[in-house]
Amino acid sequence: MSSSIETLVNKEYAYGFVTDIESDTIPRGLSEETIRLISAKKSEPEWLLEWRLKAYRRWLTMTEPHWPNVTYEPIDYQAQTYYSAPKSVKPLQSLDEVDPELLKTYEKLGISLTEQKRLSGVAVDAIFDSVSVGTTMKEELAKVGVVFCSFGEAVHNHPELVQKYLGSVVPYSDNFFAALNSAVFSDGSFVYIPKGVKCPLELSTYFRINAADTGQFERTLIVADEGASVSYLEGCTAPKRATNQLHAAVVEIVALDRATVKYSTVQNWYAGDKDGVGGIYNFVTKRGKALTDAKISWTQVETGSAITWKYPSVILQGDNAVGEFYSVAVVNNKQQADTGTKMIHIGRNTRSTIISKGISAGRGQNSYRGQVKVLPKAEGARNYTQCDSMLIGNACGAHTFPYIEVANNTATLEHEASTSKIGEDQIFYCKARGLNAEHAISLIVAGFCKEVFKELPMEFALEAQQLLGISLEGSVG
Amino acid sequence: MLIIKDLHASAGDKEILKGISLTINAGEVHAIMGPNGSGKSTLAQVIAGHPGYEVTSGSIEYEGQDLLEMEAEERAQAGVFLAFQYPVEIPGVTNAYFLRAAYNELRKARGEDELDPIEFLDVMEEKLKVVEMDASMMQRSVNAGFSGGEKKRNEILQMAVLEPKLAVLDETDSGLDIDALRIVAGGVNQLKKPSNATIVVTHYQRLLNYIVPDYVHVLAHGRIVRSGGKELALELEAKGYDWLLEPVGA
Repeated sequence: MSSSIETLVNKEYAYGFVTDIESDTIPRGLSEETIRLISAKKSEPEWLLEWRLKAYRRWLTMTEPHWPNVTYEPIDYQAQTYYSAPKSVKPLQSLDEVDPELLKTYEKLGISLTEQKRLSGVAVDAIFDSVSVGTTMKEELAKVGVVFCSFGEAVHNHPELVQKYLGSVVPYSDNFFAALNSAVFSDGSFVYIPKGVKCPLELSTYFRINAADTGQFERTLIVADEGASVSYLEGCTAPKRATNQLHAAVVEIVALDRATVKYSTVQNWYAGDKDGVGGIYNFVTKRGKALTDAKISWTQVETGSAITWKYPSVILQGDNAVGEFYSVAVVNNKQQADTGTKMIHIGRNTRSTIISKGISAGRGQNSYRGQVKVLPKAEGARNYTQCDSMLIGNACGAHTFPYIEVANNTATLEHEASTSKIGEDQIFYCKARGLNAEHAISLIVAGFCKEVFKELPMEFALEAQQLLGISLEGSVG
Repeated sequence: MLIIKDLHASAGDKEILKGISLTINAGEVHAIMGPNGSGKSTLAQVIAGHPGYEVTSGSIEYEGQDLLEMEAEERAQAGVFLAFQYPVEIPGVTNAYFLRAAYNELRKARGEDELDPIEFLDVMEEKLKVVEMDASMMQRSVNAGFSGGEKKRNEILQMAVLEPKLAVLDETDSGLDIDALRIVAGGVNQLKKPSNATIVVTHYQRLLNYIVPDYVHVLAHGRIVRSGGKELALELEAKGYDWLLEPVGA
């Protein structure tokens, strides 16, 4: 498009390093044996193993979905490794005993697990490949009854909660990738906020894939009891590798009456190189169930992954429940994203808001796919959808697939959509005021994404903005 | 300050400037006039470094530097300012943020410390008066939803904040009613100093009642066909452009 954009240099993916650590990795392939092995390694109770096996058997009858607007070579599920854990990680150890090599890895990622350097006001669960390395601030949270730990730990310490809510929002039969996750999930985070408690800290899970040819299948379950509230943030990175790696996660949120859950994601998995070699396949199912007067808010900034397939959704089951989805999805080079949300209005006077900002650069393809469904009993349901796309250059694409189903004529739905192009005019205007092209693009993009960024917790809004600048560098027009 | 020699520039295959020579000294106001399509705006854009135009021959020297070798942002940092004929909208970016970013880029280029938002507030307060703008304008997105007059005033506000050595006003009078014209011109006059120079690109003589030029140049078919003092503008007002176009030929 222009010399000013073309002259930008491609900045390296800063998180593409590999940690050299001895791992306990099971052989490739997937069978009932694999699942029994994973379950045994985690010393799981019988009911959980049975649940996994049911999921696996169901998965065998399912076919990979091909309706998303993405293309990729067939995935050989037998060529994947389904469990890999650093040997030094022992179950339930304290943070003082964490392998220094792992601590260093998280330092490099800007996440400090050691006492003195921790981000104040944020508790972190660090997941490395298939296991949790450690969780900070646990004792402080325990004082108010908040449980924040790895999923594996929760299975042992809070089996009644896990058994009650696991699969209650995303059943193992939900879809192909959710079934696969249910069968082989390794670790993830578990959060329980007791009745009426406002969680005093931001909770954060940092996911890191390290081992080669290993899929990460984390499972996160967040339960906010009546009147409770919590803000949760996840971040993700992976080394640069020439082969694609599978990441099929499931996140379930249960917001009981009057509870509020805010879930924010800054997804920065390795996206592959400029020719589309390597990168993470990010096939994720995220869904929340909001009961009476409850609120679930998803905010996502998706900049990484070779392919993103993800629709954080809210089932607005109770009356007056509120669902929100704020999304920024960026594709550059040969990245593909098919992302959006589902808002299912069941209760009366349920409200949902969808703000989606798609940015396409290079040869990237970005699709917004959103469903708003109003069931017959959802009297007075309201939805507002705003879906904006920005194109940088001439070789990328933006697509919008809205689905609206309304079965109650008192519902009010609004849908606005726009597509704009970062113009040479905008860049020149900034340059004529002394800003260079990189600064100009990040300024224009940040302005475009403002409505979403303001939903992020303060500590992360700036980080997200910088991340966006980096992922768009070298976005040739 | 600015020495333009035999400047030729094209957009795509079309040559628009066909040999412009012009010298501008500090303290001077030059008006560039001419009919539509004569190349006035192109000249302004080429001085500012618009990538849509290719300079095929000739030179522009600015304060002893080769201006054509500089990126647009380097020109701005060195004190060249273009007030746009069509100011561009940047949704979601507040005027205050944008102006401070620009202001700080110029400070950085001069080796000075950047100002934080609170410090910048003081700078702004002063400059808003120059263009009679309300402080609430600072919280609106850059030019988004501005009226034509507000956009032009916003350009002059930027000029007031950035304090350029060489200001190029590209058709700043177009689309302005008489009150807005008075405010904009008043702003430009307040900012005039012996150490800076102004180029006023305009189609009509009207603006020159407010911003009085030292020199008037008439551009036609990509060349300067006549130069003179401020009385030339009045002559054009009376006689139109046609009498100047004929000797140039096709």
